[in-house]
Amino acid sequence: MPLLETRNLTAFYGDFQALYGIDMSFDEGETIAIIGANGAGKSTFLKAIAGLIHGTPDSVRLEGTPIGARGAADIVKLGIALVPEGRRLFPSLTVEENLLIGGYGRKIAGPWTLDRVYALFPILRERRSAATPALSGGQQQMAAIGRALMSNPRILLCDEISLGLAPIIIADIYAALPQIKAEGTSVVLVEQDIVQAMKVADRVYCFQEGRLSLTGRPRELTREQIHRAYFGS
Amino acid sequence: MTGWLDALIQGVLLGGLYALFAAGLSLMFGVMRLVNLAHGDIIVLAAFAILVVAGKLGLDPFVAAALAAPILFVIGFTLQFVLLNRTLGRDLLPPLLVTFGLSIIIQNGLLQTFSADSQRLRSGAIETASIPLGGGIAIGVVPLLTLLSAIAVIVVLNMIFYRTSIGRAFRATSDDLEVAELMGIEISRIFATAMGLAFVVITIAALYLGLRANFDPTIGPARLLYAFEAVIIGGLGSFWGTLAGGVVLGLAQTIGARIDPEWQILAGHLAFLVVLVLRPRGLFPRAQD
Repeated sequence: MPLLETRNLTAFYGDFQALYGIDMSFDEGETIAIIGANGAGKSTFLKAIAGLIHGTPDSVRLEGTPIGARGAADIVKLGIALVPEGRRLFPSLTVEENLLIGGYGRKIAGPWTLDRVYALFPILRERRSAATPALSGGQQQMAAIGRALMSNPRILLCDEISLGLAPIIIADIYAALPQIKAEGTSVVLVEQDIVQAMKVADRVYCFQEGRLSLTGRPRELTREQIHRAYFGS
Repeated sequence: MTGWLDALIQGVLLGGLYALFAAGLSLMFGVMRLVNLAHGDIIVLAAFAILVVAGKLGLDPFVAAALAAPILFVIGFTLQFVLLNRTLGRDLLPPLLVTFGLSIIIQNGLLQTFSADSQRLRSGAIETASIPLGGGIAIGVVPLLTLLSAIAVIVVLNMIFYRTSIGRAFRATSDDLEVAELMGIEISRIFATAMGLAFVVITIAALYLGLRANFDPTIGPARLLYAFEAVIIGGLGSFWGTLAGGVVLGLAQTIGARIDPEWQILAGHLAFLVVLVLRPRGLFPRAQD
């Protein structure tokens, strides 16, 4: 049985249909990259899994249990954490408070503690008392990832973690992925940086206008295939 | 000269009462962006609750307030959970309309139950006790207790907000509802808990309202106005600002009254307008939003 599975997952914003029947599944420990142009439905897909957009119960299953209709506060307690697009740290909380609140509803015992997150991103320990708007973009992204890890997720959903960051900072953040995966966490990355995504992913899914246009293992996909799946033909 | 000094001292003490009125409102607005038009009436309702508990059990109002506080917490929690949570959303109008309706319901419910007679909480000698400061100036024990209670309430609220896990959840929810949910925070419960807490603060405000002066079912809206002005003067989202706002309002009123007794209320409102013109975000606004 797959760890997480979506079946015929659809999503609407009012009258606008953002996702058309997405079927996807992945196993424990896998790293999945979702690529696609702006507005392809990638973030919507993550939001639907994280419970910010509600679907039918069967549209999302965690180890066979239907969770598609549950709210976000429930989903995180089941072990699915989202690092939202644009980091969205809490501006009136310090760095450390942001991390602590990540473990607010934590029901799952696991490896991630304040010290473990600080070991992963040592700069956060130095800046623990800072207000988050004072952090650099890269530090904010580290704090947002650390905050999500504090719930001890089995599945970490990352929405555009490289957006707006310098290449050297992106490399720093991606360097943390192996340590996260080493704890048995499955990672789903939504990325516009295709090269970066292909490097770390076990499998790649490409979205185009709310539909899956391509799936496969990075090494098996040609440039041509990706180009067509990304932009349409 | 003594008269002016006296006006200053009494103004600060009166400010304590206004800060108590305002602290609950500040809390509700700070956590859930709720402008509660029934706030004044809920204070009066709480004063009647203390009156009933004190009367039926033959207790001192201080003890009665302590007994009434947990009951009011539950009422506040339930009110938010069952009713007010449904009104909150992008549209600002529903909570205004619903709390305005609540205000009318509470006023008329109290009139029906307790009549329009003035009531007062009786606590024996303490009501009239005073401490002479020399030079013909004395401060009343109850006004002094009011100010000290206001400071205590602000200190405790700040400790809850900045030193506890639930306080972090209050602030996170206030910052970003959607992401707060992603943290496993159940928004409806957090809001209800905040309202319950606000109702406990309201109980303390009601205790001093009833000890210091007569009250009847119709005086709520004026208390709302003072509370609202104190919150705005102090700056939204800061409890210490709310205390300062209450003191500014109290000072303006006693100084106004010192110039001419008819100017008391007017001077308070004028101070509010002056602050709005000079510092539209209040004296101690929060850094963000």
